[in-house]
Order: sequence, then structure tokens, then C-alpha cells
Amino acid sequence: MDTKVANNEFTIAGKTFSSRFLIGTSRYPNQQIMMDAIEASGAEIVTVAVRRVSQDSGGEGLYDLLGDRFHLLPNTAGCFTARDAVVTAELAREALETNWIKLEVIGDDETLFPDVEQLLRAAEELVNKGFIVLPYCNDDPITCKKLEDMGCAAVMPLAAPIGSGMGIRNPYNLRIIREQCSVPIIVDAGVGTASDAAEALELGCDGILLNTAVAGARDPVKMAKAMKLGIEAGRYAFEAGRIPRRLYATASTPTDGAIEL
Amino acid sequence: MTDRISINGESKPLSSSTLIELLEENGVDSSKGGVAVALNGEVVPRADWAQTSMKCDDKVEIVHIVRGG
Repeated sequence: MDTKVANNEFTIAGKTFSSRFLIGTSRYPNQQIMMDAIEASGAEIVTVAVRRVSQDSGGEGLYDLLGDRFHLLPNTAGCFTARDAVVTAELAREALETNWIKLEVIGDDETLFPDVEQLLRAAEELVNKGFIVLPYCNDDPITCKKLEDMGCAAVMPLAAPIGSGMGIRNPYNLRIIREQCSVPIIVDAGVGTASDAAEALELGCDGILLNTAVAGARDPVKMAKAMKLGIEAGRYAFEAGRIPRRLYATASTPTDGAIEL
Repeated sequence: MTDRISINGESKPLSSSTLIELLEENGVDSSKGGVAVALNGEVVPRADWAQTSMKCDDKVEIVHIVRGG
């Protein structure tokens, strides 16, 4: 491994990306800020959603805006059943000509935690239908392992509830997931600021997917840059290897030759 | 009585003979990407839009790509 440069490349389902940052497109103050923030993030994978065309939406033009420049990753946000998620994924595949899907099956409106039973069912069906499935899931090692075993291309455990900005609530679970899963681990949801992103990478996670922490920041473009640097710093630290934690001090300055009065 | 179909959950009279006509009638530019259609829960590939017709009580979902996280 090159000791000077951290490995910012990572591979999902045989496709290599030069950024470990996956960014969402929702809730920015306006379109220009969104575009500038995505640019500042350095992200190649950008998430989008699938919704009914309404008379007033009149074609938002998001596909024209982003389709050529980024790897668009559609989600199944808002789906509460495996059935809805599978049909949404199929619609997304047709709309975007991609078999990649960020699979979300939500169990509850208030927490937006995944419905694990429905998630596993949808994941299995989509994998069988040839999708590259990236499931948003709990930070539960057993669920992550099941998702990996059934053929998901990555696992995307939450750090905290979607949009909560609470940071990594259970770093020990993420460590266990890292030890037990060999597919890429992308922390999806809950990251609030750059140090949270760095922590996830330090724990050995491969990437970060976030939206609200950037879109809702006072200066989204600056926060996108901060997250990019946090992710890079975290990856450097992971590769470098932190020192063990110790309760007592260890002098950093050698004591030999100090004066004695 | 006119035949009716459901378009994105709204009941409407069935006036178009093919999916592609239905899209145009609903203000969707069918030549553009980022759009997909399901008929009774089954996705209809873009290549089949011009040949697919609807019948009474069909449920059509017309979706497009929007912002998301």
C-alpha cells in the first residue's frame, strides 16, 4: 500500500469509484447550491428518488441535469412493504437504465428505521431479479450478514436515524459489522458533521452516504467540502492505524538527560 | 358509460388508445429519459409504450426521477 496517499478508491459490484462519498440531492436551498455542493463533495454516486409525475411538477429535469455527469443511484424511499420497494426498484431501473438500487423499506414514519423483515424479503427478490442491491439497514451485524449472504453488493447501516445528525450512536456495532462482512460498508444516515464521517472511516467503513447534513448546513457547499476532507482524513487514519488507548500517560519527550537539581 | 382508468391514483376517463398518447396527454415528454410507467403493477418497457393499450379499470403509474437522499 502506498504510504503517502490514502486509498480513496473503492469498488462496489466490480465498479471502482474514486470517491468514498455518496451524496443525496434533496432539501438544498436551491438548485445552484445543490450543484455546487455536489461538485465540492467530489462524489461520483448521487442518489435520487422515484415519484409519481404530478401536474405541477411538470418534469423537474433532474435527470437532464445530473444524468450525464454522475452515477445516479435511485432509492426506494417512502416504501413500507417489500412489494412497493420491488416495483419502485423496477420503475427506477426502467427510468434510469440502471440495475443499481439503494433499497429502503421503512418500518415507521417517526424513526424511519428499516422494517428488517420486509427489507430482507425485498433484498432477496431484487438480487434474484439481477439488481445490484445496496440496502439501507440497521447497525445490526446479523442483518448485515444476512444481506451480504443473500448477495447484496454492499451493506449500508445507519449511524443514527435519517436526518437526525446524531453521529455514530453505536461505533462498536460498526466495528463488529466490519469484522463480519466482506462487502463494502457504507454508513447511510445519521452523520451530522465531518468528524462523524471521519469516525466511520476510522472504524473501517468504506464509504458514507449522506444528504441532510450537507443540504441543511448553513453553508452546504462548505459542509460538502468538510465531509469530503473528513472522509479522506478518516481513511488515512484507518490505513495508518491508531495507537492503543491507555489510561495513563506515556512521555513523548525522552526523559534521558533531563537535569536533576 | 365511459371507461375509466386510474392514473397515479386518480380516476380519469379512458381517452387515449396507447400509453404513449396517455403520457403526452399528461404532459410527459415521452422522448426524455428519467420516466417510467407501470400498468397494474408491472413495469412497461419504454419500447412497448407505443403498442400498449389500456382497458377499463386499469391502474397506471407514471413516475419520474426527483430529488432524494
